[in-house]
Amino acid sequence: MTQAIASHDRYLADFKNLSPEGPSWLQRLRASAIDRFQELGFPTARRGNEPWKYTNVGPIAEREFAYALGGPARVNVDDLRAIAPWDDSWDTLVFVNGRHAPALSSRLEAPRQRVSSLASALESDADLIEGHLAQHASFEDDAFIALNTAFLHDGAFVYVPDGHSIPATVHLLYVSTDGAAPSVSYPRTLIVAGANSRATVIESYVSVGSARSFTNAVTEIVVEDGAQVQHHRLLLESVESFHIGNTRVYLEKDSSFSSVSFAAGAAIGRNDFRVLLDAPGASCSLNGLYVTTGTQHIDNNMNIDHAKPHTTSRLYYKGILDGKSKAVFGGLVLVRPGADKTDSYQQDKNLVLSDEAEVDSKPSLEIYADDVKCGHGATAGAVAEDAIFYMRSRGLDEETANNLLIQGFASEILDTIQIEPLRVDLERRAMAALLRHSDVARAGRQPAPTEGSP
Amino acid sequence: MSNNHTKPLLEVRNLHVSVGDNKILEGLSLSVHLGEVHAIMGPNGSGKSTLTNVLAGRPGYAITAGEVTYEGVNLFGLLSDERARRGIFLAFQYPVELPGIRNREFLRTAVDAVREHRGEKKIAIRDFNKMLEEKAKAMDFDPDLMKRSVNEGFSGGEKKRNEILQLSVLDPKLALLDETDSGLDIDALKIVSAGVNQFRGPDKAVVLVTHYQRILNYITPDYVHVLIDGRIVRSGTRDLALELESQGYEWLREPAETAGS
Repeated sequence: MTQAIASHDRYLADFKNLSPEGPSWLQRLRASAIDRFQELGFPTARRGNEPWKYTNVGPIAEREFAYALGGPARVNVDDLRAIAPWDDSWDTLVFVNGRHAPALSSRLEAPRQRVSSLASALESDADLIEGHLAQHASFEDDAFIALNTAFLHDGAFVYVPDGHSIPATVHLLYVSTDGAAPSVSYPRTLIVAGANSRATVIESYVSVGSARSFTNAVTEIVVEDGAQVQHHRLLLESVESFHIGNTRVYLEKDSSFSSVSFAAGAAIGRNDFRVLLDAPGASCSLNGLYVTTGTQHIDNNMNIDHAKPHTTSRLYYKGILDGKSKAVFGGLVLVRPGADKTDSYQQDKNLVLSDEAEVDSKPSLEIYADDVKCGHGATAGAVAEDAIFYMRSRGLDEETANNLLIQGFASEILDTIQIEPLRVDLERRAMAALLRHSDVARAGRQPAPTEGSP
Repeated sequence: MSNNHTKPLLEVRNLHVSVGDNKILEGLSLSVHLGEVHAIMGPNGSGKSTLTNVLAGRPGYAITAGEVTYEGVNLFGLLSDERARRGIFLAFQYPVELPGIRNREFLRTAVDAVREHRGEKKIAIRDFNKMLEEKAKAMDFDPDLMKRSVNEGFSGGEKKRNEILQLSVLDPKLALLDETDSGLDIDALKIVSAGVNQFRGPDKAVVLVTHYQRILNYITPDYVHVLIDGRIVRSGTRDLALELESQGYEWLREPAETAGS
């Protein structure tokens, strides 16, 4: 792809223009990351490249994006309240095009734990960060992680010391805005939950207006012995944007990690999520809902690595597809040799509202231990006609019946959210996303079957 | 009954219905007046469920001849949900599970749909909950089931009781009961029958479809019709049901059809 090579050069040029900030280890890290990106190039669906078989990132590679850390920031808090989930009781940290925006963020007073920008934490807690940053999100085989690491300057740092908990919900809000040209940003998040600590984090990605930006995000989450982390990842960017998100979770002994992913934004969006259960007693519960309309393409690439015995994982993702949209679910549960007593179940269910929408769902298992309990399943189907008739026979019109069924389908995932205002917000967003293209969708749909007398 | 001089609530004339190439109903006629309970009995495959489903507007049936009026209006000119809002209720033989839709909210949405049709305001949540609590208690219906998804994980008996609870709450004019007695033990049958008897009245009508006359021990019909091969071959009173109980259906078949089946 010659065009891909051209924009490749653009990224290298951007890198050369960077001012060398931060500690020397970070500068070395960036340098090796840009080298690796240059070697790897953007992924293609070439033979054997299974993780990218169904998602073509050509449209990202071929486009030009302007790199402007922090700018142009023409965002105020009222804008954010309108476009993002928001609650005044949350500790909200706002980032505009990857750069921390203190004026838009909550004033945090938490002496024992740290919720701050990565840039400022690199000055105050460099040693702590060095021990974790880029330790879990390897860029060896991933061009997007390599690129994010090469441009690593700012982002969020959440640290909970051993035995402590962050009382408020932490909201990391990454905002993309376009200037004269579409922009690229590289949000980076590091969450470290010390032994027996607790934290609840929302990580959301939104756009101002119909930005055509490219967000290349990387999040690393470390959950130490006995700690509990609740994580929420919300992809709410404009339907014209591009989003590649890589999340890497490292679980230690008896730790527990629960996550909810909600994806309704982006023209091309990818939620690449990997959890390493690296000690006995570690458990994770991953729930996700994706809603796609128009010509959107959303890819959830899930990877759960049971490296040690007595580890548990549950994965339940659901998709609602309309229009000519496409969704991909790739789920791999790996049980390594010796990881006996692994208990794992993954499933992906899809509600396909339009004849032209398409889902490729491929849950899979690779098991190298004997004494395990593992299962998986995937379904895709249209709205059940008998359910619609049942509801209509009680007096509900067809549209109400359809909407209730869709809400019911989504509720199985959204009901797992324990933050009430967030759950309510996302219920509304799920339905709003489907209405976004309702005129187009309705025109393509069959009229209601009616009986006629002869 | 002396109702026959008034206009019927439901009038079925020479109804022919097919599914694909199969002719299911072949010239069925039936008049139902307010205040009446009609039992329609017949062997499996005679078209009993087709009749109630067609009246409620289930898709998938082709009406090839005949007409049906409800309150003097052409029934087939109404969508299934319009029929429901005008007072036709079908108690399903196999109630459908609705995952993620809570029983209580579903029923309240249905009540509001009917009220909106009548030009009434939405029901206050407190009033609805109070009514629901009373009706559920009368039906010996586990209140926890109101918080669960509609019919999901309900036992067979709980599903049927839920149907009759919906009947009681929605308070339609015409109840179509499709084999409501099937799969019920005797205690559940008594509860369900009591619910239907509670519903009966001078401004209501019931069409009850059943294979067995057992339920008629609890719900006394005004008329009993025998449906065989898509046609009503005999009509009578409660005594006809008892006759069927002792003699079966074979003696009512027409000779040609008996030979052919």
